[in-house]
This record gives sequence, structure tokens and C-alpha cells, in this order.
Amino acid sequence: MVGEGLTTSEEGEEESPIPPSYRHHRRNSSSAVAASCDGFPKHSHVRHPSGADTERLAASQRELAESDSRLVFLGDPGLSDPRFEMPRNSIRTAKYSLIIFLPRNIFEQFRRLAYVYFLVIAVLNQLPQIAVFGRGASILPLAFVLLVTAVKDAYEDWRRHRSDRIENNRAASVCDPHSGRFFSKRWKEVRVGEVVKVLANEGIPCDMVLLATSDPTGVAYVQTINLDGESNLKTRYAKQETMIHPPGEDHPVDPAGFIRCEQPNRNIYGFLGNMEVDGKRVSLGPANIILRGCELKNTAWVIGVAVYTGSETKVMLNSSGASSKRSRLETQMNRETLLLSAILIALCLVMAICNGIWLGNHSDDLELAQFFRKRDYSDRDDKDENYNYYGLGMQVFFTFLMSVIVFQIMIPISLYISMEFVRLGQAYFMIRDANLYDESSNSRFQCRALNINEDLGQIKHVFSDKTGTLTENKMEFQCASIRGVDYSGGTSLRENGEEHCIVAASNQILKPKMSVKTDPELVRLLRNKGESEQGKQAREFFLALACCNTIVPLVVDTSDPKQKLIDYQGESPDEQALVYASASYGFVLIERTSGHIIIDVLGNKQRYDVLGLHQFDSDRKRMSVIVCCPDKTIKLFVKGADNSMFGVIQNKVDLCMIDATKANLHAYSSLGLRTLVVGMRELSRKEFEEWQSVYENASTSLMGRGKLLRAIASNIEKGLLILGASGIEDKLQEGVPEAIASMRQAGIKVWVLTGDKQETAISIGFSCKLLTSQMTQIVINSQSRESCRKSLQDAIAMYKKFAAISPDPFENILTGIVSTRVPMALIIDGTSLVFILETELEEDLFKVATVCDVVLCCRVAPLQKAGIVALIKNRSDDMTLAIGDGANDVSMIQMADVGIGISGQEGRQAVMASDFAMGQFRFLVPLLLVHGHWNYQRMAYMILYNFYKNAVFVFILFWYVLYTAYTLTTAITEWSSALYSAVYTTLPTIVVGILDKDLSRKTLMKYPQLYRAGQRDERYSLKLFILIMTDAVWQSVAVFYIPYLVYRQSTIDGSSIGDLWTLAVVVLVNIHLAMDVRRWNWITHAAIWGCIVATAICVIIIDCISTLPGYWAIFKIMGTGLFWLCLLGITVAGMLPHFSAKVLKEYLMPSDVQIVREMDKFWRIAATTSEIQNE
Amino acid sequence: MIPTGDSTPETDGATERRKKSKKPNYSRFTQQELPACKPLLTPTIVISTFILIGVLFIPIGLASLSASGNVVEIVYRYDIDCIPQQSQDDKLAFIQSSVTNKTCTTTFNVPKNMKAPVHIYYELDNFYQNHRRYVKSRNDKQLRSKAYELETTNCAPEATTPDGSPIVPCGLIAWSLFNDTYSFATQSKVIEVNKKNIAWQSDKDHKFGSDVYPKNFQQGGLIGGAKLNESIPLSEQEDLIVWMRTAALPQFRKLYGRIERDLAANEQISVTIENNYNTYSFEGEKRLVLSTTSWIGGKNGFLGVAYLTIGSLCIFLAVAFIVLYLLKPRTLGDPSYLSWNRNPDGH
Repeated sequence: MVGEGLTTSEEGEEESPIPPSYRHHRRNSSSAVAASCDGFPKHSHVRHPSGADTERLAASQRELAESDSRLVFLGDPGLSDPRFEMPRNSIRTAKYSLIIFLPRNIFEQFRRLAYVYFLVIAVLNQLPQIAVFGRGASILPLAFVLLVTAVKDAYEDWRRHRSDRIENNRAASVCDPHSGRFFSKRWKEVRVGEVVKVLANEGIPCDMVLLATSDPTGVAYVQTINLDGESNLKTRYAKQETMIHPPGEDHPVDPAGFIRCEQPNRNIYGFLGNMEVDGKRVSLGPANIILRGCELKNTAWVIGVAVYTGSETKVMLNSSGASSKRSRLETQMNRETLLLSAILIALCLVMAICNGIWLGNHSDDLELAQFFRKRDYSDRDDKDENYNYYGLGMQVFFTFLMSVIVFQIMIPISLYISMEFVRLGQAYFMIRDANLYDESSNSRFQCRALNINEDLGQIKHVFSDKTGTLTENKMEFQCASIRGVDYSGGTSLRENGEEHCIVAASNQILKPKMSVKTDPELVRLLRNKGESEQGKQAREFFLALACCNTIVPLVVDTSDPKQKLIDYQGESPDEQALVYASASYGFVLIERTSGHIIIDVLGNKQRYDVLGLHQFDSDRKRMSVIVCCPDKTIKLFVKGADNSMFGVIQNKVDLCMIDATKANLHAYSSLGLRTLVVGMRELSRKEFEEWQSVYENASTSLMGRGKLLRAIASNIEKGLLILGASGIEDKLQEGVPEAIASMRQAGIKVWVLTGDKQETAISIGFSCKLLTSQMTQIVINSQSRESCRKSLQDAIAMYKKFAAISPDPFENILTGIVSTRVPMALIIDGTSLVFILETELEEDLFKVATVCDVVLCCRVAPLQKAGIVALIKNRSDDMTLAIGDGANDVSMIQMADVGIGISGQEGRQAVMASDFAMGQFRFLVPLLLVHGHWNYQRMAYMILYNFYKNAVFVFILFWYVLYTAYTLTTAITEWSSALYSAVYTTLPTIVVGILDKDLSRKTLMKYPQLYRAGQRDERYSLKLFILIMTDAVWQSVAVFYIPYLVYRQSTIDGSSIGDLWTLAVVVLVNIHLAMDVRRWNWITHAAIWGCIVATAICVIIIDCISTLPGYWAIFKIMGTGLFWLCLLGITVAGMLPHFSAKVLKEYLMPSDVQIVREMDKFWRIAATTSEIQNE
Repeated sequence: MIPTGDSTPETDGATERRKKSKKPNYSRFTQQELPACKPLLTPTIVISTFILIGVLFIPIGLASLSASGNVVEIVYRYDIDCIPQQSQDDKLAFIQSSVTNKTCTTTFNVPKNMKAPVHIYYELDNFYQNHRRYVKSRNDKQLRSKAYELETTNCAPEATTPDGSPIVPCGLIAWSLFNDTYSFATQSKVIEVNKKNIAWQSDKDHKFGSDVYPKNFQQGGLIGGAKLNESIPLSEQEDLIVWMRTAALPQFRKLYGRIERDLAANEQISVTIENNYNTYSFEGEKRLVLSTTSWIGGKNGFLGVAYLTIGSLCIFLAVAFIVLYLLKPRTLGDPSYLSWNRNPDGH
């Protein structure tokens, strides 16, 4: 047999992390993702925790260097590369052990700045000179937070320990190198170099190189759903050299055999190595390795040698944490936190200076004054000894430090913890939202990043991928052009009977799982035995479709024992569609092994030997396969993108036919179809032999294998005969046009970035209502920098012209004329972007793009996608969101402020890199308009409210301190001070932050314009901060001075009035919150009123401790009418300005949200719907 | 594409899928659709709130004012008057001396009828009982039980005698116990001053031990104030208990005792003051106060004034808002006010 000994396995492109299959022209530049490691080190395709990792990843993409490799001796774990200590196969996802839990956990927790602040304050307080609070009260808040977090961590870690234990103790079957017998071993004991046997449906214990499988051709199927989420089966191959003698009792492992492979890295789609066994050297690629985390399917057993174990397995190396983006609100919040720090320092300085002045003025009195008694008389020997007095300067300094301790909660550190709770709650509701559940992929919404929930409410630009994001990525073969003749009259499939897609195999019936509409004329042409040129070419065309791919047919049982279904598994949906189509036309792919394929050609089973396969790559934009036909002719079938294919056609060619094909292609892409051109060439024996020798050399070469193989492929793929072209439809996802319309109403600009051709992109643009016929299209597809510059300047000129025609928008309001501005769309292609991005032309592009309503970028490479996102991100304050589903979207997902992955057909890289993941594009609308809006307004309010409530408390303390000779005494007990921000007031803010809704989901969806509130930063700004702080000062004055003036010159003791102040401030801030709550359900009621009751109970409990000075004070003061009148007066006086201002604001300057709330309330919505939509 | 498989495997698959479905269970909670009340500040609500507050506050204010007005209060500052003319230049020496006669007498007129009980207070001003050094200088454990007699933490500099035995009660607060005394008479007839039950019952029962007796008290180099009878347990030393409820503000009153009979208007009362307490070292002031009480405590007009102010302000606001609603009517929920309806460009 010709193919004997040939390696036909898929040698994945070394520098590409995409699956070892090719992706056709639609992913024409997917390999550039990996290139991002060089060009954009900051945004490489996985989030690397350290630079070392990036290097390791890059290493896997270079050729295997001697020094950088790992030696694995077959069957002999002891001999494995002595230079590197190999870890056992036990894994440890748990972070802590019993002994190191405490120190390690505390260390981890103190990596957060907030805790360090807590700690510094607590430590300061331990110095005897400035001890403001007792030990207990000063450490309590910190201890509480640390304890809660530690308990949570411990619980999580215990669960990890348990799952680790189960995982580590699973049984693996390992070969004894001497006897060759397999015996059971626990997973954790498996070592590098050992030979392991895995049976069907078992998990794979470690990363292993395949030696043999139950399939005689060495094929094994694995499911990688746990690894990358792709549910279709992947084929893996054992090398022929090792297949011949599978290790076992009759054939012990060759002790001389060894594998040299790259160091462990996290690239799950790459592997590079070679194996020396029985004196032969064999190359190994990603198709020869099966990874931990996968499951063996449809294969009885496999035998492999462990190469990476335990923590070095690719799945473990890939288990990295979520992203650590920071929300815009949090960044803005830092500005206000700085302001608060300034206020805090100012308060402390005032305190220190006043204290100094007071001490100076009273310096003569202090010795005798009963309340100060500077001199220590108890020590009779030294009359000059002072008691606890260190001189004026030190006293002032200590006062400063003490004020920092007393006023510490001015900086609301507890806010950071509350925010985390709130985000957790918001994430819970987003995940549980039934409207974000995708039925077809059975996937819920996923929150992968927990700290940017509120950013969803402020998005201004959405960058969307097309394939798989706007479309379903479920390909359907629509039409074919063969020899320039268009066959697109697809009819219903049952019409022609079903026999042509059924194959009888030993009284069993095989059927492809799906069938496609067929064109009757084409079917007739194929069945016609007459040897017309057209018929011959049509047959070759479908033969090419059936064999030039990497699809694996799987035979699936049905309930009818006589009938079986063929399920075509593969990584490219385009290929699946093509193979299903060729099956419907009578060319049914039945079996594929590494050496041959079996195709049922119109009822005859034929065997084709696969002699060579050239992977798809983004340079060539095509793939090819060399097969030996049953008639012993050797044929090269090629398929690829049109522009790449027309470059390698035969010289003496029927130009009319080519032109007709091109015309058809143009027509197809105008319909939004994805096109592919198919060609073939018959190889002469000599030509083949030449090719074979270089191919063999190249595929076992160690240096530059990928490059060599590419060169060989380009060399053989020439002089092609064009058979025809295919058009595949990728259906729009449900609800996409409506979603885009909603987003546009919401003031969100939608940009589409696609790798497709310009015509396809434009037609998709029309079908998803992105483009409309009224729009002026500005098309930029230039081949040089100069023409780019010119196009951009033309575009600017055009915009200015339109701007001059249409009247000023301000005038519109006065005159009431609807704007006549012509909407514009910018269409730009990847080639032009090459000349524009990262040059001085960027500024022009930015200007043009921002005035256009729609921007459509076609034929863009992944890095360019990121570049376009960066264009907006760097030049404006607008929030950006990128949404995509494929590996080529990873860079833009990471670049954008918010990255969303579609968990669709195409792997999981996009999801892994994203902040949020969901099933459908249209979910973007409820996500942004409803959840984003809610999250933003909740979080914005919560931050402001927390600033305010802590400030009120601090100012009350401050006013009191003015009457204590500036000595930082607090009338409010230290316990209440410690509990104030932790217990008395926290729960309601968290509940409101999670549950409050200004508007209902229905209303928000109905009026997308309401989303603009978030874009305009309506709910959080410096102005609002200053307003609420002014309110805080007034309220603190009310709380402090009403009791002060009432109880001046009375017998009131410090504890009683302190209790009054405590209760008053808690009641006041909770009433303030209650006044701003938009929606009261029972949980809100329980939280707010419950919190006031809880505070009262806490105060009572504190006053029941007889060793505290305040014993029984609360009961005494609550027994007087004066107390209750004070409380009522404080509440009303405190709230009066806020209430009046709120009423005035809502009445005179109502926000959109306010008006719609009123509409909601008064049922005006139904009546006015038509009015609203006249925009 | 249309699946061509038999319907059975499809349905099998469907049921299996349903079993494994991750579809979130519907509940009003998870879908954030809990029944809720959505209050809105309509003109009616706003105006009635203001009027309600006004209607509630003004009577309360009037009642408080009248209650405060009915309180009869006699205040007499004596810290300067009680220093003999020749010692006015060096008050400190006078008060510190152990030989000077510190008794001083005065008379004053009762302006109105004072109903029993008439409370006798002493008022100190500029005395920082809330000073950090002072307020912490006590030990509540020691006060409570004999078992903790040795417990003098926080009590410095009045913790122990130089030989190390504990001072009971320790600390600056106890040490500085107020020691002026007052006695009252009308036309040579002594008015009884009831000094029982001037302290909180809870303090006597739980905070100051009945088995704790003063020890080594007020024997240091500097006398801070009163001495205590060492044969009476702390729980019955009511003056100390009152003193140790430290005041909130630097100007404060403490209950001295009660006169359990009515004082008629224009009655001449002569007071004999033992002016012992040293407030001269820090410019403090001492006053004697006789006052009746009402439901709002002593004489204090502030609360009434505050309530009247808030109440009338609310009425004013109610009127102002009525005027506003009339002058600038706005239909609530009128969509023409929406920003995108006012400005078609939406900017």
C-alpha cells in the first residue's frame, strides 16, 4: 500500500493555539491570536499571572530546542530526565493544609489594602499613649472580617481537599515494565514515563502520548468537554511504529525507548515532541497526546505513556483565576476616597491644633485641675514626675494619632466588603435570570469576573464579532457553483426519495443525521451515468467535499436496530455542513481512519487512501488532501478562500468559467453566504514520489517543521483545476435585529468586526438591521497608506458637509423640526486598518468612526480587533464592551472594558477569556438594559450612601470632641463605634444594593433610552458626592446639637446622651436610606426596620453589662419623654433638607427614570407607547 | 438542515436534556419580581407630609414651652461670692488652706411657688468630667465587689498608696468627689434636705458593691475632694455614685438632694455653703440650683422652640409647595418631558 508508514496525522501549527483542524477562510487569520504574544504582550490570549508563564507559552510555539526539552523514558519512571524533578500525579487544588492554614490565610487576606488599613489602626490603638478604644473594641471589626473570610476559605478549601482526595485515589491501570502485566495503581502514584492503559468512558489520569489503541489504525476518540467545553469528539492517533507492538504481556516496554518533548505549558492545543522507539525516530504532535480532563469515547482501550503529571498537566496549568478588571465606578470612587482622606486629615489636624492651643492656654491649671492632674503625686520621691504627660509637642502628636483612630471610619473600609457582597448578590440574580438562559445550548449566564457588574450599566460601544455571535454558527449548505453553473434551486429534501442518502451495510441502514435541501437538476446530473464534462466535474466536486476535511463520522445507534445514524463530528461547522451536503447528494463519508477513508459514492462503497494532508493555515488560507483513488490515480483536492484559490489555478484555463464562478461567488456573498472554492489536480507518480520524500522528511524534522510543511503545501498546491464553489448560509441568531435596534435606541454604538468578506459583511449588516438603506456608506478599502489618508479625509469632508446641511441640534429643539442629519455607516477592511492603526491616521479614523452611526470592519485579524477597541478606549472615556465566541475574539474581549463570551459552537477560549459568558447575542439587551442599569444605579447609590453614613457618624464624634477639651472622648460607647459600620448600618445597604429596582424589567426593555442614565454618569459624580456630604454635615449637626442644646445644664451623663446619639444616627441614616428606596418588598422592610431594632437591642445589651460605665443608662433615658421627643425632632430636622431637595428635584428637574416611574405608577404607559416610538 | 432521525431518539434525548437542564427555576425571588410597594412623592403626599409634621410639631412645641415655663428655677453662682474680700486675689491659696473658714451664707427669695419635691443641684462649669484622662480613670470591677479590691487597672495616678496597697475607690473620678455642702433654712427654721435616693437604683444595686468599703481613700499628697466614711459601703455612698456618673458636657448639674416640702413664693431662704471644692485652679464655676421638674425635665425652652420652628417651617414648606404646584404645574408621568422626546437627537 502506498500510504504505509506515512504519517498522516495532523501536525498542528506550532504557533497556533487553534485546534489542529483548519477553519477555512472565515477564520482566515485566527492564528494571529498567538502572534498577539509578540505584538501585544499585555493582551496575550490567556491571562497569565506571571511573565514566566508567557515565556513558557511562547516556548511551546517555537521549535523544540534541545536544552528546553524533557526526556521521558518509556516504562521507566526512574530514568526520566534527572535534570528536572517530576511531580507525582497527585493534584492539589486545595490551597492550605491544616498547619499552614492560619498563617497563609491571614497573609492572603492582608494582601488587600483595606485590611492593612484596619490593621494599622488597630496596632496604633495598642500603644498605651494613644489607646482610644479598649483592646477588644479595636480589634473586633478586623477580627470579625478576618474570621468570616477565614471560615469561608476554610470551607471552600475543605471541599477542594475532598475532591482532590477522590480524584487522587481513582484507579489507573499501569504496566509493569518487567512483566508487562497491567496492575491497578492509584492516580496519585502514576509517574512520568509509566505506561498507562485507559478503557472506554474512563477519565484520563495524566497527559500521555498515545502508544496504541484498540483501533487497528491507531485512532482514539476523546471528549474534551471538561478541558475546553467542546462537546464533539476529537480524534487522536497513535503512531504506526508503536501500534505494531502494543505494550503488554507478550511485548514488554522497550527499555531503550524515550520521548523528547517540550516542557510543560498551558497551551492545550499544542504539543511538540519526538519519540525514539525500536531505533526509529517518530515525530509527535498535538494529535498524538491525550490530556488529563478528557474522557475516552468510542474506543475500547488506549495505551499511552505519561509525559506530564499532576500539577504539570495542561488542564491544571490552565486552571487560572478570573480576570481582575476594575470597574469604572470603583475607579471614580477612589477619587472620592482620596477626598475623604483629605477631610479626615483635616479633621485630625484641627483636633491636634485645638488640643495644642487648649493645653497652652491652660498650662498653669493642669497641675491641680481634678480632671487633668498633670503631676503624679503618688510617687513622693520625685515631685516633678508627670503622670501620662509628655510635653506639649508629644501631646499634640498623640492627639493627632488618636483622632485618626477615632475618625477612622471616615474612610468607609467596610464599603469594600459590602460591595463584594452586593456584587455577589447581583451576580446571583444575573445567573438565575431565566431570560438569560439559553435553551439550545443549555447554558446559563456566567459571571466570570465579579468586580465589574456595574460597568454593564455604562456601556457606550459594543464591538461584536459576526460569526457565532450575530449568527448561529450553524452552517447550512445552500448552493453550489460547478464549472460556473449555479445550482441553487434547493427543494424540499424528501421529494427525491431517501435512497440516495441511505447506505445499506449488511442489512443495516445507515443515514446521515441531517439532510440538506438538494437541487434536483444537480442530483439528476450526478445520477446521469453519461460522461458529460459537467457531470464528471460535479462528481469530483462532491468527492472533494467528502474527503477534503477532518470530519470524523460516528455511527450512532437508534432505537430501531436496523437503522443507524451517521453523526459527523468535527471542529469546523463549515466542514460539517459540506460533508452533510455531499452526503445528501449521494457522497456519504462512512469511515475515516488515519490511513484511509471510505465513501459511499452513489451506492458503491469506495476506499480512498489518504496519503497526505496539509493543514489550513492563515497564510495560505486553504487546505488540501492527497488521496489515492480506487483506480490508483493520485489526486490532490484543495479547498480554500476565493482569493487564495484563484491565485493558484491552472494557467491555460477556461476564463469564461472562472468569470462565471467569480460572478456566482459575488452573488453568494451578497446574499450573506460564506463561500469556498474547491479545486483539484491529478498528480503524476513522479510528482507524488517527490512530494512524498520531502513530506516525510519535513514531518519528522525537529527544526522548523511547521514552516517546512507549509512550504511543501504551497509547492504542491498549484496549477489547480477549479471544480466549483459552495455557498454556506450562517443563519442570524434569533432576535439579533431587535437587539441591535434596542441597543441603538439606548445610545450604544454597535460595531461589527468580522473576518468575512466585505460583501458578506454588508449583507449581514443589512439583514441584522445594522445598516439601513437611508444610510450613507463610507467605504474604505485601500491598498496603501496614501489612499487611506485620502479616503479618511474625504470621509471627514463628507461628514462636515452633512453637518453643514443639517441644522444645529439645539435649533431643532426650538423649532421642533426633526433632525435631517443623514445617518452614516463606515465600512473599512483589514488591509486599510493595517495602514491606519498605530499610525497618525488613527486620529482621523477615530473622528470619522465616532460620527458614524455604524462601523463595520471586515477581513480583520484578531489583533486588529483589539486595536479597534483600543482606538476607542484610549481616545475617549466611553465604556467599551466586546462580544465574541471564537479564539480570534480573545484579544478584543480582553482589551475591552467588559468582555463577553458567547458559549456557542466554537470552543471555549472566548468564554475563558471573558468577564461574562452567555448563550445568545440577544441576551445582551436584558443584560445591559436591565441588569446593567440596575447594577449601576444600585452600586452608585450604595457607594454614595456609605460615604454619607460614615461621614455623619464621624462628624457627630467630631462635634462632641469639641466639648471634651479636644481629648477624643466619645460619648458613644466604643463598642457602638466599632459596630456602627459593621452591624448597625451595613445590612440595609447590602440588601438595597442587591434588591432595589428603580424600574421594572418590562419598562426598561420598553424604553431603551433609559440606559443613557448610566452613560451620562447620572447616579455618581463629584457633584452628587459634594451634595451628599453637605447633607451629612447638616444631619450630623442635627443629631449632635439638638440633644446638646436640650441637655445642656442638666444632669445628663455621658453614657445616656451617647446612647441617644447612637440611636438617633442609626435611625436617621436608615430613614435616609428608606426615603431613597424605590421598591419596598418584605426583605427591604425587614432589613431596614430590623436594623434599627437590632441596634436598639445591641445598645441595650451593652448597657446591661454592669462593668461598663454606661450600665442601665439606656433604660433610664428611654424612660423619659424628652428622649423620644429628641429622637423625633432629630429625625425630622435631619431629613427636612434632603426630603425637600428630593421633592424639588423630582418635580422641577425630573430625570427620565423619574418620569417613567411616574408613568409606570399612573398606568400611562399603554396610552403613550406610540408617542414614544416616534423617535 | 432538518434532522432525519426517528422521533424516538430525539424524544429520549429531550427528556434527558430536561433532566440535566440548567434552566434556572422560576421563583419570584430569583427573577426579582417579589411583590413590592413603589412609593412616589406625589404632590398630595408631599403636602400632606409637611402639613402632618406641622400639625404634630407645633402643639408639641407649645406643650414643651409651657412645661418649661412652669418650672421654677433658682440659680446662684457662689464660687466668687464665697471667697472673703481679702482672699479674692489669691483664691487658690484660700481654698487650699486647711485653716480658713470656708463657710459662707446667703439668702435668696423664692420667685414663685415651688411644688415639692424641689431638687437641689450643684452645677459646675468648665469642669471636663468627659476629659479622656479623667473619664477612663476608674475601675468598675473594684467598685462592684470586694473580691476585686486589688483591681486598680486604669486608675492611675490614684491607684495605690505609695506602699502599694490599693485605694478603694480608686481613680481620678472618685478622688475628685465634690465636697461642698449646703444647708437651708427659713427664718431660722431648718429645711430638711433629703439626700436619700439621689442615685440611680440600678447603680446602688449592681454597680457599687454593698461589701466594698472605702480604704486608703484621699490620703495621698494632694486632696482632690471629699473624704468617705470608711464604715459605709460604697452602695450607700450616694454622693459618690452620683458623682461617678460622669457628665457628658463640661457644664453639668448633679443632684445634691431634695427638699420634700413646697416653697412658697417670696419665701426668704438662707443657705449655708461649705465652700470646699477647688474649682479655682482651672477657672471653673460653681452654682447652686433649686428647681422643680416637669415632664420635660428642668427648665429648658430649646426643645419647645425647636419643635415650633420645625413645625412652622413645615407649614411654610407645605404652602410653598402648593404655590409651586399651582404656578408650575407638571403632569406626573408626562412622556413629553422625557429627554429623548424633548431632544430628538437624544443628546
